[in-house]
Amino acid sequence: MSGGFPVMVAAAEQAANGVKKLRFVRTDGAALPPYSAGAHVVLTLEGPQRTFRNAYSLLGTTLEGGAYEVAVQRAAESRGGSAFVHEMLQEGAHLTISAPLNLFSLNHTGRHHVLVAGGIGITAIHAMAEELAMRGASYELHYAMRDEASGAFTQALLSRHGNKVRFYVSAKGERFAVSQALRHQPLGTHLYVCGPERMIDGVLADARAEGWPEGALHAERFAAPAGGEPFMVRLARSGITLKVGEHQSLLEAIEDAGVDAPCLCRGGACGQCETTVLEADGELQHHDHYLSQKERESGAKIMTCMSRLRGRELVLDL
Amino acid sequence: MQVSPITSRPLYGRLKPQVRARQHIALTEGAGLSAFEEAFGALPDILVHTTLIHIANPSDAALATRLEKLGVDSLHMRPTRETALVKLRAVLSGAGMGARLYVAGDEDFIGPVQALALEVGMMGEAIQAEHRGSLARRVQCVHCKGFNDDVMVSPFTCRHCGTHLLVRDHFSRRLGAFMGVVIDAEAPGDVPPVETLQPVPVLCAEGRP
Repeated sequence: MSGGFPVMVAAAEQAANGVKKLRFVRTDGAALPPYSAGAHVVLTLEGPQRTFRNAYSLLGTTLEGGAYEVAVQRAAESRGGSAFVHEMLQEGAHLTISAPLNLFSLNHTGRHHVLVAGGIGITAIHAMAEELAMRGASYELHYAMRDEASGAFTQALLSRHGNKVRFYVSAKGERFAVSQALRHQPLGTHLYVCGPERMIDGVLADARAEGWPEGALHAERFAAPAGGEPFMVRLARSGITLKVGEHQSLLEAIEDAGVDAPCLCRGGACGQCETTVLEADGELQHHDHYLSQKERESGAKIMTCMSRLRGRELVLDL
Repeated sequence: MQVSPITSRPLYGRLKPQVRARQHIALTEGAGLSAFEEAFGALPDILVHTTLIHIANPSDAALATRLEKLGVDSLHMRPTRETALVKLRAVLSGAGMGARLYVAGDEDFIGPVQALALEVGMMGEAIQAEHRGSLARRVQCVHCKGFNDDVMVSPFTCRHCGTHLLVRDHFSRRLGAFMGVVIDAEAPGDVPPVETLQPVPVLCAEGRP
């Protein structure tokens, strides 16, 4: 994925324990393009050893004067990207940011919107609540966090959304009772969930058990690609052979080799990086949310941003 | 029997109760009642969460007895389509996201029922329809906007404005009606021979052919 905008960090502050908020403006002073709530961007971070490309949801609204804001949580098991953001990205730093992409947009035909955030998943949900408030739409926001110190934007959310917001602090034993919250929602309600993988799975399972139709369920997962044992990859068309390291994704290894491979969301959701597998000496490990069970079983396709091989060598049509 | 190349042309399946739903709302007319009985009859656990609205004279005691034996949670007999739709609107206004709607009957009845459910916010995937009965279509004249029920042939003359209309397979989910377009605009009065409208294939409950 080439292109994007050269930007600099206009402001950097601590938004909560382990959460850093960054504001970006274009280096040439032009305005960054508008976006809708739920959109994310990919930051290209030139680390000392390697380049990171991480996706982050955009905060706030597009009316921020052509600037973008993200909130980055320092991952407990950081692959290096979030640690780099926390330690190295200060005001005045230069980097490249992709055009915004929205795979988690509001359905504006909805009569009511139930927003559910867990931890740093609040960034996308925060933007959605703001957009709904501006439109005068009907909504409610449920925000689960580990403890009060790690919950970002709680004061801002309270003053903006008042009694439409509920906080659940797990350190105080508070839990979001999903089934209860969903049971009596009127026809035309949509549900949006962003947070840790396990929380998303739990909320969606509860919604399905309450009989909600699939089309009313929306989720965004920002799982980092799982690491694994190193393996070799041969790109048949480019004639390149490369090694995918333990903590590296297939896509990152391909990019490091200088090949401009297709990709967009870097989270296994959008389908852009779907690549044809020509040979696989080993077992494909699919970690995306895009391929169907049937496609997975066929072994003919792989999503390079999230998935990898357990085995010796993978040959791709690239 | 051919599948229409017009993708908006509705295709109907067989009713299949969604076991995860919290509430089942069924609306039947004529032979549509048999479709409901076949799909729900052996499922007492689902029937106790089912509201059935059937179009029939409420003073038909024999029919009322047959319906009561089904064991639904709530039963409503309404004499006409109009009164049944009023009842449906009231039931949907109290329904939640766990509700599913099932409609069975003539094609020109299914359309307006689906349109009402969509209008009050129900998702298309939460609505099932089974076609039992007449092939007659509900057609909107795109020129005068008048609705014509019980249309069996094409071309036909709009009952509101007298225009000669070709009945197209184009279907509006919002209006619950097919589109009727003037057929003799170039040469007024030059109308092709009348043909009887053809049925569409019946599908399995899961999808398209």
